[in-house]
Amino acid sequence: MAVCIEVIAKENYPFYIRSTPTENELKFHCMVHTSLDVVDEKISAMAKALVDQRELYQDLLYPTEDYKVYGYLTNSKVKFVMVVDSSNTALRDNEIRSMFRKLHNSYMDVVQPLLQPGGLHPVQGL
Amino acid sequence: MYILTFVFQGFCDIVNMSPTQWDLPVELCCRPMAFVTLTGLDVVYNAVHRAVWDAFCANRRADRVPISFKVLPGDHEYPKCRPKRTSYEWYIPKGILKTGWMNKHLNLVPALVVVFYELDWDEPQWKEKQSECATRVEIVRQSLQGRNTKVAVVLIQKKTPLPPGEDVIASERAAALCNACELSGKSLFVLPHTDHLVGYIIRLENAFYEHAQTYYYTEIRRVKSHKEFLNKTTHQLLFVRHQFKIAFFSELKQDTQNALKNYRTAYNLVHELRAHETNILEIKTMAGFINYKICRLCFQHNTPLDAIAQFRKHIDLCKKKIGSAELSFEHAAWMSKQFQAFGDLFDEAIKLGLTAIQTQNPGFYYQQAAYYAQERKQLAKSLCNHEASVMYPNPDPLETQTGVLDFYGQRSWRQGILSFDLSDPEKEKVGVLAIQLKERNVAHSEIIITLLSNAVAQFKKYKCPRMKSHLMVQMGEEYYYAKDYTKALKLLDYVMCDYRSEGWWTLLTSILTTALKCSYLMAQLKDYITYSLELLGRASTLKDDQKSRIEKNLINVLMNESPDPEPDCDTFAGKTAQKLWADRISLAGSNVFTIGVQDFVPFVQCKAKFHAPSFHVDVPVEFDIYLKADCPHPIRFSKLCVSFNNQEYNQFCVIEEASKANEVLENPTQGKMCLVPGKTRKLLFKFVAKTEDVGKKIEITSVDLALGNETGRCVVLNWQGGGGDAASSQEALQAARSFKRRPKLPDNEVHWDSIIIQASTMIISRVPNISVHLQHEPPALTNEMYCLVVTVQSHEKTQIRDVKLTAGLKPGQDANLTQKTHVTLHGTELCDESYPALLTDIPVGDLHPGEQLEKMLYVRCGTVGSRMFLVYVSYLINTTAEEKEIVCKCHKDETVTIETVFPFDVAVKFVSAKFEHLERVYADIPFLLMTDLLSASPWALTVVSSELQLAPSMTTVDQLESQVDNVVLQTGESASECFCLRCPSLGNVEGGVATGHYIISWKRTSAMENIPVIRTVITLPHVIVENIPLHVNADLPSFGRVRESLPVKYHLQNKTDFVQDVEISVEPSDAFMFSGLKQSNQSWKSSSGF
Repeated sequence: MAVCIEVIAKENYPFYIRSTPTENELKFHCMVHTSLDVVDEKISAMAKALVDQRELYQDLLYPTEDYKVYGYLTNSKVKFVMVVDSSNTALRDNEIRSMFRKLHNSYMDVVQPLLQPGGLHPVQGL
Repeated sequence: MYILTFVFQGFCDIVNMSPTQWDLPVELCCRPMAFVTLTGLDVVYNAVHRAVWDAFCANRRADRVPISFKVLPGDHEYPKCRPKRTSYEWYIPKGILKTGWMNKHLNLVPALVVVFYELDWDEPQWKEKQSECATRVEIVRQSLQGRNTKVAVVLIQKKTPLPPGEDVIASERAAALCNACELSGKSLFVLPHTDHLVGYIIRLENAFYEHAQTYYYTEIRRVKSHKEFLNKTTHQLLFVRHQFKIAFFSELKQDTQNALKNYRTAYNLVHELRAHETNILEIKTMAGFINYKICRLCFQHNTPLDAIAQFRKHIDLCKKKIGSAELSFEHAAWMSKQFQAFGDLFDEAIKLGLTAIQTQNPGFYYQQAAYYAQERKQLAKSLCNHEASVMYPNPDPLETQTGVLDFYGQRSWRQGILSFDLSDPEKEKVGVLAIQLKERNVAHSEIIITLLSNAVAQFKKYKCPRMKSHLMVQMGEEYYYAKDYTKALKLLDYVMCDYRSEGWWTLLTSILTTALKCSYLMAQLKDYITYSLELLGRASTLKDDQKSRIEKNLINVLMNESPDPEPDCDTFAGKTAQKLWADRISLAGSNVFTIGVQDFVPFVQCKAKFHAPSFHVDVPVEFDIYLKADCPHPIRFSKLCVSFNNQEYNQFCVIEEASKANEVLENPTQGKMCLVPGKTRKLLFKFVAKTEDVGKKIEITSVDLALGNETGRCVVLNWQGGGGDAASSQEALQAARSFKRRPKLPDNEVHWDSIIIQASTMIISRVPNISVHLQHEPPALTNEMYCLVVTVQSHEKTQIRDVKLTAGLKPGQDANLTQKTHVTLHGTELCDESYPALLTDIPVGDLHPGEQLEKMLYVRCGTVGSRMFLVYVSYLINTTAEEKEIVCKCHKDETVTIETVFPFDVAVKFVSAKFEHLERVYADIPFLLMTDLLSASPWALTVVSSELQLAPSMTTVDQLESQVDNVVLQTGESASECFCLRCPSLGNVEGGVATGHYIISWKRTSAMENIPVIRTVITLPHVIVENIPLHVNADLPSFGRVRESLPVKYHLQNKTDFVQDVEISVEPSDAFMFSGLKQSNQSWKSSSGF
């Protein structure tokens, strides 16, 4: 289980945050916010390399003493950031990937304006 | 950057602090170098010795051998060597590493002692000198008894030595001296103090270095030899100690590979020690030392990943080794120091050329160090909260006899005790108390801030702006805890905008809450108000009860009362703040604060919207100001004013408390001045634009909303343009993306999001009420004076004045058209090049209602094609708007496209007297020129006259008079003329001979009498003239009668310059009878005829 999940807009403002335990939300906010430095850097590196971004999974962004922060980038540059407990060794790369994919699907269900008028925020190109 | 200099000022004080218990010892952190002492040098009084010493210590760059030199007197007492242990059987070590050991081998026990002695080979008193030298060597040896330290002798000589082997005395005396001093030949050196001193010194120190290396080699061997006597039960500590010593000696020997290997072994051994609460600190201390050495060497060997891996392993192994719970802050302090030291090593390696990356840079280690420092502070706060009556124990359990500890990481009150049982629990309690009381005096915040600012500097370098901001927030918070509110506020204020611009409201709210506390504690009015405004706004994630509290405080401040204290403030600082706020009540200084909202998100939102993108000057300009408050309780404002780019309108758009300027208010009630949370308040404004502003843009430059009043305190919120603050653009983006349906509101209310700011409008002229009519007969004919009749009729209710007409070619078309189009009002004279293409502002006087006027306009077009013509009529009229007299300028324009065509085509041909077509004409022989003028005009044309202007080479045979005078041609009709001409012989002219011009004078049949006639000149074609030798002219009657004679005369002419023989014969026709000569042969002279 991830301890914190956050969805961030293309312009880097937060759409959605959910964390357990909830009392530490501010700390997770900080952690996710600072991890955007790494995502930004990756995006600009991709733009420079002029490669088509196929891989949505962004890998481990950075490890802290207690947590690991993972990132995922959609084609419309919406970011998903997930924080997991460092001590949780059950979560390997593959598990993280599949969690992100599930998250992506659920996100699309919520924001897809054609399916659900009155959804959260439609994002073109998803 | 100001903020950084400010940040750095902060830790200058800290950098100067004396080293604490947790700092790594200097002797551990330095690079170990071979220690060599120089004796017998008098560097104070002897210039030669001084020069020698300087040559040793000056310019010790990387290319010189790593030796640390020290000058000592010849009789210096070196540390005594303890007698060699013959058996380890009964020996029980008291600790891992003595605190003095590293320093001893770095700075006290030399690898080599060099005895300097002034002695030349030809010294007359050689014997005495030799024995004195031997005595000096002996004294040194005495002092170093038991040690393997080498001794060398350097003879300082005045003379340059001869090449080896040539000086017999020298070799003899050298051997004798070695013998006397019990030196090997390799340990005796000669130093002539001549020109090449530095060169000699470098050779000397290289020799010293070799001796030193041999010494450290033997030391390593010596330590290794102890190993075999050790057993695993009682000598565990010695395994670590010996391994550490071997590694350290290897470092002194500059054998870093072996040093690293041995340190790694030592590190593993340290963790094999049995750990207990009583010795955990010693184990951690040593583990930290060895880890430091390993990481340092890995970086030195350019294997940074090994260093990082070792450090991670170290942290993982030690993280949980907290030790005594009562002193758990010590563990945090130690952890913090581990991270800091690694950060320092990493940073140093980067300075020496290592490249770091965004996700692996020293910043992370400093950040973690800061985190542990914060933890240390928290633990200290909870563990060291003794009553003020608790006194520091006397005698001080932390004092030792020598002032220092014997072994690293041991407790001063039970040094050297290896037992895991606490023999004296009372003593232990006192010791712990002493440590706790000491911890209370530690300036934790300073340590945290230093570490954070180190991290900030790193993250700035590695492109982590958000991490940098995050750490600066932490710094600000730490300054707040340290009660340095000014610095706290500066840092927080600096980073706030980053969070604001990215819309991380939760984080922003947290920062603002701290900032509000700071500004409260310092009673900083403007800051306090600004932060309150934002914490009440929509960007704030505070709960409503918090917002209520803040709003109440804000209203209090505006009414010049003290606000309630912020929660969780330091009690002492809170009391000081209350005094400060009480002082503020005197209202000294300015009490009107103007706050620009573009940089933050206040709790009042404002949008301005003009009703239309443009207004006619004779109708009032109308716009709405929408206001919405996001605070929990209703709030009153005292004044609202709008500023425009033309400041003259400002006066019309003000609402004030007890307003008298009723005209600008839709509904002038005091209820308008109150903003109800969540409700959109609409305020309508109206004013009449100035006629000078026609064609200009009127822009709202700012909207000012005043809260509070000038008798107390007043805050003026200033929106630039038509409203919007720091969050508006992001909200607009979100709104645009959202398909969320808005709930239906009552008719008189609007959704805030659906209001779109419209901050500017155009003032356009009044709608004209006249008709402009054009009358003409298209198409225009080339070069004619084409007549356009302009009819202007007024439909206005009052008289219109100053009617002006602008007419002609519409500007902005092909530039060539301007050259070939001319306009005039006078059709009686033909206009030429000097006439303009556009006539501007022709005054035509005034017009009464219903009156109409007519103006003729003549256009002359020099080329065919279509042209756009413009007729523009402007006038002035007096009118009223909102009961105000204004003079409006109105205008109406008409454009018309007119085609220009050729009026006629002219065809010219040459024919013979018999009307046969001629390709060429013959010299002197008459021919006919025929012109054919075909009308192409849709309107009837009158050919007034025509004229043939012959070229000088042409002559006419008869009168040249026009045959087409006053002929009227309808469309498609043509008029032809015929002229008989002759061309004299001119010889062979290239391209033919010019004929002349054909000039046609014409006008439209419908044109008035006084319209001038147009002359169109046609250039006639050139004709080829050919000479012929014989010209025959038959003179025949036009008719004959049957049976009557028909006289026929042939005229033959020789056209050449020569006599020609001619044979003439006549072939009669069957229809005629013939008389006269039938055949004749003649010779003709030139130009003669027959």
